[in-house]
Amino acid sequence: MIAKLLVANRGEIAVRIIRAAQDLGIATVAVHSEADRDSLHVQLADEAVNIGPPAAKKSYLSVPAILKAASDTGADAVHPGYGFLAENADFADAVVAAGLTWVGPSGDAIRLMGDKVSARIAADKAGVPVVPGSMGRVASIDEARGILKETGFPVMIKAAAGGGGRGIRIANDLAEFETAFPQAAAEALAAFGDGGLYMEKVIGQARHIEVQVLGDGTRAIHCFERECSLQRRRQKVWEEAPSMALSPELRTGLCASAVRLAEAVNYSGAGTIEYLYDDAADRFYFIEMNTRIQVEHPVTEMITGIDLVAAMLRIAGGEKLWIDQDEVQIRGHAIEVRLNAEDPAKGFAPFPGTITDLRLPGGPGVRFDSMLYAGYTVPPFYDSLLAKLIIHADTREAAITRLTRALSETKIEGCKTTKPLFLALAADQSVRSGAFHTRWLEGWLDANSDRLSPDA
Amino acid sequence: MAQILSPLPGTFYRSASPDQPPFKADGADVAVGDVIGLIEVMKSFHEVKAEVAGSNVQFLTDNEEPVMAGAVLAELS
Repeated sequence: MIAKLLVANRGEIAVRIIRAAQDLGIATVAVHSEADRDSLHVQLADEAVNIGPPAAKKSYLSVPAILKAASDTGADAVHPGYGFLAENADFADAVVAAGLTWVGPSGDAIRLMGDKVSARIAADKAGVPVVPGSMGRVASIDEARGILKETGFPVMIKAAAGGGGRGIRIANDLAEFETAFPQAAAEALAAFGDGGLYMEKVIGQARHIEVQVLGDGTRAIHCFERECSLQRRRQKVWEEAPSMALSPELRTGLCASAVRLAEAVNYSGAGTIEYLYDDAADRFYFIEMNTRIQVEHPVTEMITGIDLVAAMLRIAGGEKLWIDQDEVQIRGHAIEVRLNAEDPAKGFAPFPGTITDLRLPGGPGVRFDSMLYAGYTVPPFYDSLLAKLIIHADTREAAITRLTRALSETKIEGCKTTKPLFLALAADQSVRSGAFHTRWLEGWLDANSDRLSPDA
Repeated sequence: MAQILSPLPGTFYRSASPDQPPFKADGADVAVGDVIGLIEVMKSFHEVKAEVAGSNVQFLTDNEEPVMAGAVLAELS
């Protein structure tokens, strides 16, 4: 059982974790940078420790500063939230080595699932479908030609040392492949000092579907799926649960595969297994596992009634899973939208500032997870997420209608926000009918930029 | 004496990445439109371009220092 929890994060997720801890009677310690002295998580926690200058590298990413804060306050556990150190296996190990409880999977589980190749091999072994391609580095162009039999065209050639979209080439036929493969190897060597390449089938129009799991190190359950296909520059902007694209049979198979993988790696805590779902071919493929709580976790909480953050704290405190799989049921439909301090009318330019006036949405089926208060100054040093508006209703259609109502109630003055984007999306026929894929929003934004000013 | 001001609040960087040389060394000449640094605001990077020309640039803001909009980044002779 945890007595005093240090929350190694900031913003809305720090507030969310502090609330979950306080609901369980756990004392809380906030840490903050000099830029976050006045932030809501500092105000709500029982204690707060200044851990350094505004730059995240010198504060929220400083392992020595965070461990010292835990030691000085007598905290016995650390919750990392998302981002910052949440998927840093060395930090997880350092927390445990300091004699503290780490709220999350072990450092070894983070390492295993954090490495693309070892995660893919683990998924394949657990019988989870993976995107056809190489099971690691491709040793030679001869081996590469053999892998083409599984992937077909178009095929993606990826630098092993790349990431975030860098070092990727796509070949549409064999001739292109014969040219692109050696070029990609040479480029990767020049750019990353490592010429290693992977190959992967290109899934054309796919939906992003992910399964929430909870594990206690032995047994795991799933809490059904979320669909996060509406993305801008690979960042999710609108998430929902359940997905409207899955048949009951496919949902059962998808969720069972996630549980198999979580149990195969003795997963402990909350995790998310991400898939691409090709709805034309009715097939799903594992892409990666996130070994942390995710931004969009509330939509799962709304449809299942399970408090995922509280569950993480109870599991880390030593409890075995108290929920059986058949007790987890889907009730209604939930949608989350991310209200960011960005100006959608100006290419989503970041817009830090002081909140001069704030009117929160409310009423049935409305949840607002945020660190905002009137008079709060949004610092420019961290990400732009201001609030998550989460809607729950009996049906998806009713949830979208309620979303429009709640957005209309919401007033955030002093910063530009992405609210106009969500009002426009909620009115869009493709969104209402669920006819989209992961690259749909970028095209829609190009065509609808005139609808994104606050006065539109 | 001319000044180069930060157009945005955020974190100031003098080079494109930690392993690269600064856009402008102390004492260098600056032409209109030259990039003299980057401002990181909410994880996105914006180039700071000189709006005036001058010589012998002297930076008043250090690399990785937090700045407010309108802060003096550098002075030119």
